[in-house]
Amino acid sequence: MKPTDTSRPEYFHKVVDCQWGCPAHTDVPAYIRMIAQGDFSGAYMENRKSNVFPGILGRVCDRPCEPACRRGRVEDSPVAICRLKRVAADHRDDISGRLPRAPDSSNGKKVALIGAGCASLTVANDLAPLGYEVTIFEALQTTGGLMRTNIPQFRLPPKVLDEEIGYILDMNVDLKLNHPIESLRGLLEENFDAVFVGTGAPHGKNLEIPGRYDSDRIHIGIEWLESVAFGHIKEVGEKVLIIGVGNTAMDCCRTSLRIGAKAVKVMARKPREFFKASDWELEDAEEENIEILVNHSPKEFVIEDGKLVGMKFELMEYKIDENGGIDRGTVTGEKIILCDDVVLAIGQDNAFPWIERDIGIEFDDWDCPIVDDSTMMCGHDGVFFGGDSAFGPKNIIWAVEHGHQAAISIHRYCQGESIADRPPYGLNLASQKMGMHEWSFSNYYDDASRGLMPHVDLKERFKKIDIEVELGFTAEQAVQEVERCLNCDIQTAFSADLCIECDACIDVCPVKCLTITANGEEDELRTRLSAPAENHDQALYVSTELPHTGRVMIKDEDICVHCSLCAERCPTGAWDMQKSRILVPYAKDELPDDQVLPATGSGS
Amino acid sequence: MSYIAKPKVSHPGMPKNKLGLTSRDYEGTVSTLCAGCGHDSVTAAIIQAVFELGIEPHMLAKMSGIGCSSKTPAYFVSQAHGFNSVHGRMPSVTTGANAANRDMKYIGVSGDGDSLSIGVGQFVHAIRRNLNMCYVIENNGVYGLTKGQFSASADIGSLPKKGLPNTQEPIDPASTALSLGATYIARSFSGDKEQLVPLLKGALMHRGFALVDIVSPCVTFNDHEGSTKSYAHTRQFYHHVADIDYIPPTEEIKASYDLGEAMPIKLHDGSTIILRKVDKEYDLTSRASAFKFLRERFNAGEITTGLLYLDESRVEMHELLGNVDTPLSQLPLEDLIPGAEELKKLQARYR
Ligand SMILES: Cc1cc2nc3c(=O)[nH]c(=O)nc-3n(C[C@H](O)[C@H](O)[C@H](O)COP(=O)(O)OP(=O)(O)OC[C@H]3O[C@@H](n4cnc5c(N)ncnc54)[C@H](O)[C@@H]3O)c2cc1C
Ligand SMILES: Cc1ncc(C[n+]2csc(CCOP(=O)(O)OP(=O)(O)O)c2C)c(N)n1
Ligand code: SF4
Ligand code: SF4
Ligand code: SF4
Ligand SMILES: [Mg+2]
Repeated sequence: MKPTDTSRPEYFHKVVDCQWGCPAHTDVPAYIRMIAQGDFSGAYMENRKSNVFPGILGRVCDRPCEPACRRGRVEDSPVAICRLKRVAADHRDDISGRLPRAPDSSNGKKVALIGAGCASLTVANDLAPLGYEVTIFEALQTTGGLMRTNIPQFRLPPKVLDEEIGYILDMNVDLKLNHPIESLRGLLEENFDAVFVGTGAPHGKNLEIPGRYDSDRIHIGIEWLESVAFGHIKEVGEKVLIIGVGNTAMDCCRTSLRIGAKAVKVMARKPREFFKASDWELEDAEEENIEILVNHSPKEFVIEDGKLVGMKFELMEYKIDENGGIDRGTVTGEKIILCDDVVLAIGQDNAFPWIERDIGIEFDDWDCPIVDDSTMMCGHDGVFFGGDSAFGPKNIIWAVEHGHQAAISIHRYCQGESIADRPPYGLNLASQKMGMHEWSFSNYYDDASRGLMPHVDLKERFKKIDIEVELGFTAEQAVQEVERCLNCDIQTAFSADLCIECDACIDVCPVKCLTITANGEEDELRTRLSAPAENHDQALYVSTELPHTGRVMIKDEDICVHCSLCAERCPTGAWDMQKSRILVPYAKDELPDDQVLPATGSGS
Repeated sequence: MSYIAKPKVSHPGMPKNKLGLTSRDYEGTVSTLCAGCGHDSVTAAIIQAVFELGIEPHMLAKMSGIGCSSKTPAYFVSQAHGFNSVHGRMPSVTTGANAANRDMKYIGVSGDGDSLSIGVGQFVHAIRRNLNMCYVIENNGVYGLTKGQFSASADIGSLPKKGLPNTQEPIDPASTALSLGATYIARSFSGDKEQLVPLLKGALMHRGFALVDIVSPCVTFNDHEGSTKSYAHTRQFYHHVADIDYIPPTEEIKASYDLGEAMPIKLHDGSTIILRKVDKEYDLTSRASAFKFLRERFNAGEITTGLLYLDESRVEMHELLGNVDTPLSQLPLEDLIPGAEELKKLQARYR
C-alpha cells in the first residue's frame, strides 16, 4: 500500500466516525469534552455551529452518528451522542451574547426562502449575518415545518422550537406567514438575487384499496398529525389501526393514545427486520403497549352501514435469502381486524404544483426536481433547493446540511463566484501531550455501559398531549456518559523516522491495532495484522518505510480506543496524540476574516 | 511506565485458545520498565506462547531472580504461581519447586547479570542436572536495574553510554549451555516475535533444560551507537540459521513443507517441531559442529539466532534420579516420610 497521507483532512475526519457520519459534521467529541468540563454553553455553541438546532436535535435527531460511533464496535452500544446534545441544551446558560448577529447595514442582496422549515431556517442562519436581506415565505400560520406540525409535542416541546427558531428570526429575517407561494415564476419576477426552495415533501401517500373513500375515519398520517398539532382534531376512536411501520407510524400510534384511543395496532406488511422505524422509536412505542402486527398486507376497508368497522388484511409469508433479501411474499389467508379509525402512514411524496414546468427546472418521475447534490442548484440559475424538497423525505439533520451548502452557493452566486468551486475543508492538528504520561484529555477507557433515558411514568404521560416523555439525562448519567466517548478526534500521529521498531506500542495496545510488517497489497495485508482487520470500511494507516528494517507501521483504525498507551510507551516519541480539528467551511468563511461578525463558535 | 493500566477492553475478534481464553487473559500487571525496553517485548512473546499452547495458568510457575528482566514475571499470566528469589538464585529455587511438583511448567526469566555474574554457578548446575524448565535470559549486556554497568555478556569493544569500552571476554550463554550438555538451545531477539514465539513454545514443551537467550535491548543504558546490544546493531548483524514452527500433538502437519528444507522433530509429548534451516551450512546434529559454527559466526561479529541445538534423547532430572511419576507434593505423607524404621532399613543396605 502507499503511505497514508494524513495531511488530507479526509483521513483524520473519517477516523472521527460520529463526525463523519453526521451529515452536518458536528464535532461530537469536542462538545462531549466541553460537557465533561461543565461548559454546557460552549458545548451548545459548538453544536449550533454545525447543526443549528441543538435543543431540537438533542431530542429528535435521526442520529446517523450513533450507528457510526466507534464505541458501538468496541462493545455493544454507541455513545448516547444525541442525549448528550440535549444535556448541553438543557444546562446551557444564556447564550444570546454568543449568537451571530446581522450587521447594521445590508449588503444589498435579497434572498427569498420558500417555507419556514429547518432547511430554509438554516439558510437564513448562515446568510443573515453576512448582510443579506432574507425573506421567508411560509404558507402556514407558524414556523418550523414538519418539526412543528408533525413531530408530536410529547417528543418535541414547542418552547424548544420557538427558542431556537427565534435565534434565527431575530437576525432581521423578514418572515411572511400565511403566505403560500403559488407561482415560482411570479416570485422570480420579483427582484430577488437568489431563491431557495425549502418546501419539504408535503404529500402523504394514499392507499387506493376498496372502501378508501367510503368513510371519513380514514386519515393520511402527516395531515392528521398536523390537524392534531393545530388542535383541529382533538379525539380519535378507541380502536385505531396505523398502516405502515416507519417513524411517522410511531408518531401516529403514540398520538392516538393521547387523544382517546385505548387499543392501537400498528400493521406491518413485512417482518420486523424490514421495519423502517428507528429502533428507539419502536421501543418507545412498545413501552406504551402499542401492538405491532407483522405480515399483514392491507386488502380493503370494511364498511358497514356507511361506517368504518374494520380492515381486511392478507396474511403474508416471505422467503428471506441468505443476503437478507426478501421475496414478494405469498398470501396464506385473510383476516379482518376491527377498528374505529385508520391512519395511513406509508410515506411521503414531493409535490410542486406551484412550480411551472416551463421555467427551466426539470423533474424526475417522482416529481423530484433535478438538483445538483453539491451546489444544491437546479437547472434554473439562482434557484436552490434543500431539505425534503430536494431529494425526497430525509430528516432534519440532512435538511440542515443542505441549508449550509445552499447558503455557501447562494453567497458565491451573489458575489459572482463559481458555485461549482466548493470551499475546501481544513485540518488543524495539535499535540495533546502535557507531560511524560499526561494528556490534555481523559484517555482512560471507562467501561460504563450506555445510559438509559429516564421517561415520565406511564400513568402520567397520557394525561395531556404535550407532556414531554423523555426527561433528559440526570447529572450523574451525563457525567458517566461523557466518559464513554473514546475521543476519536485525538489522533494517533506517527513519525516513521523516529521509530526504532522496539514493538513497545504494539505490545501495549489493548485492542491490537498496530503491526509492524512488510508492506503489501491491502487485502493481503489485512490478513496478517495483530488482530483480524475485517472491517473494510475502516482505513488502514500505512507509514513510510521504517529506518531500521524497511518494514512499515500499520494501524487498523477500526477499534482504536484512543487510550494513548502507544504514545506513552514509545521511547522515541514516534507516536503522538494529536487533536484534529476539521475545519468545515460555512458561508461566513467565504468572507475575509475582518468582515465576519461575532464568532458563532466557542473560542476555537 | 504508564500512569494508566492497560484497560481491559479488547478487540472483539480476538482469537481464543483451546481453553476459551484470549491472549489478554494471559496478561499481568502493567509494566514498570522503561518505555521501549526489549524485556516488555519478550513478555509479550511469552504471553503469546503460553496463550497459543493453551497452558492452564495455575499449572505454570514463573521463577526469577533480581534485575529488570527478573521483574517481568509480574507482567504476564497474573493467575500463575511465581517466585521472585534473591539475585542469581532462581535456578536453585526452580530446582526445588520442580522437585516437589514435576507436573507443572516452569518458566524462569533471568538477565545476563543474574545468570552470568552472580548466578553463573547456579545456571551451569541447573543445566547439568537437565532441570525440566524453560530458561529465558533477557540479554542486554548491562545491569539495567543498577543503571547500566557492563555485564558478563558485554562484547569486547562495546561502548558504554559514558566511559571506556569493555575489554573482558564475554560469556555466551548459548555456547556455554552447549558445552554443558543443555538439550534445547535457542537464541533470538526481542524485536523478532515471529521467530521468538515458536522458539518459546518449543522450549516450554521440551522435556529437559531449554535455554532461550534473547537479545533484549536496554533502551535507557545500552541502545546508543557503539553498543553491540542495541536495536540497530542487533538488526544489522542478526543472522537466522534455523527457525522453527511448533505443531501441537492434536494438529496435523500441513504438507506444505519442502522436506529437503524442513525437518520434523517429535517431542516427548507428541508435538512436533518443524525445523526450517535458513543457513544451509548450519549443522545441529552434533554439539561439536554446532559449537564450531557458533564460534565462527561469533568471531565474524554475527548474532546467530534460531534453534541452535536440540537433543530429545536425554532424560531430565526426575528420570536421572529415578523419581516416582507422581509429583512429590501429591504423595501421601506416609510415602513421602516413611518414618525412622524405614530409614534404618535403608541405612542397613549401605552397611
Ligand atoms: C411524522 C414525522 C415525524 C418525523 N420525525 C422526525 C424526527 O424525529 N427526526 C428527524 O430528523 N426528522 C423527522 N421527520 C422528518 C423531518 O421532519 C423532515 O425531514 C424535515 O422537517 C424536512 O425539513 P424541510 O425544511 O425540508 O421541510 P418541512 O419541515 O417540510 O418544511 C417545509 C415548510 O414549507 C412550507 N411550504 C410548503 N409549500 C410551500 C409554499 N408553496 N409556499 C410557502 N410555504 C410552503 C410548509 O408549510 C412547511 O412549513 C419526521 C417527519 C414526519 C412526517
Ligand atoms: C545479592 C545482590 N547483589 C547485587 C545486587 C544489585 N543488583 C541488582 S540487579 C543487578 C544486576 C541485574 O542485571 P541483569 O540480570 O542483567 O538484569 P537487567 O536489569 O539488565 O535486566 C544487580 C547487580 C542485588 N540486588 N543483590
Ligand atoms: S466514541 Fe466519541 S468520538 Fe468516537 S465515534 Fe463515538 S462519539 Fe464519536
Ligand atoms: S491509542 Fe494507541 S494503544 Fe490505544 S488503542 Fe489506539 S493504537 Fe492502541
Ligand atoms: S514504541 Fe515507538 S519506537 Fe517502538 S515500535 Fe512503537 S513507534 Fe516504534
Ligand atoms: Mg541485563
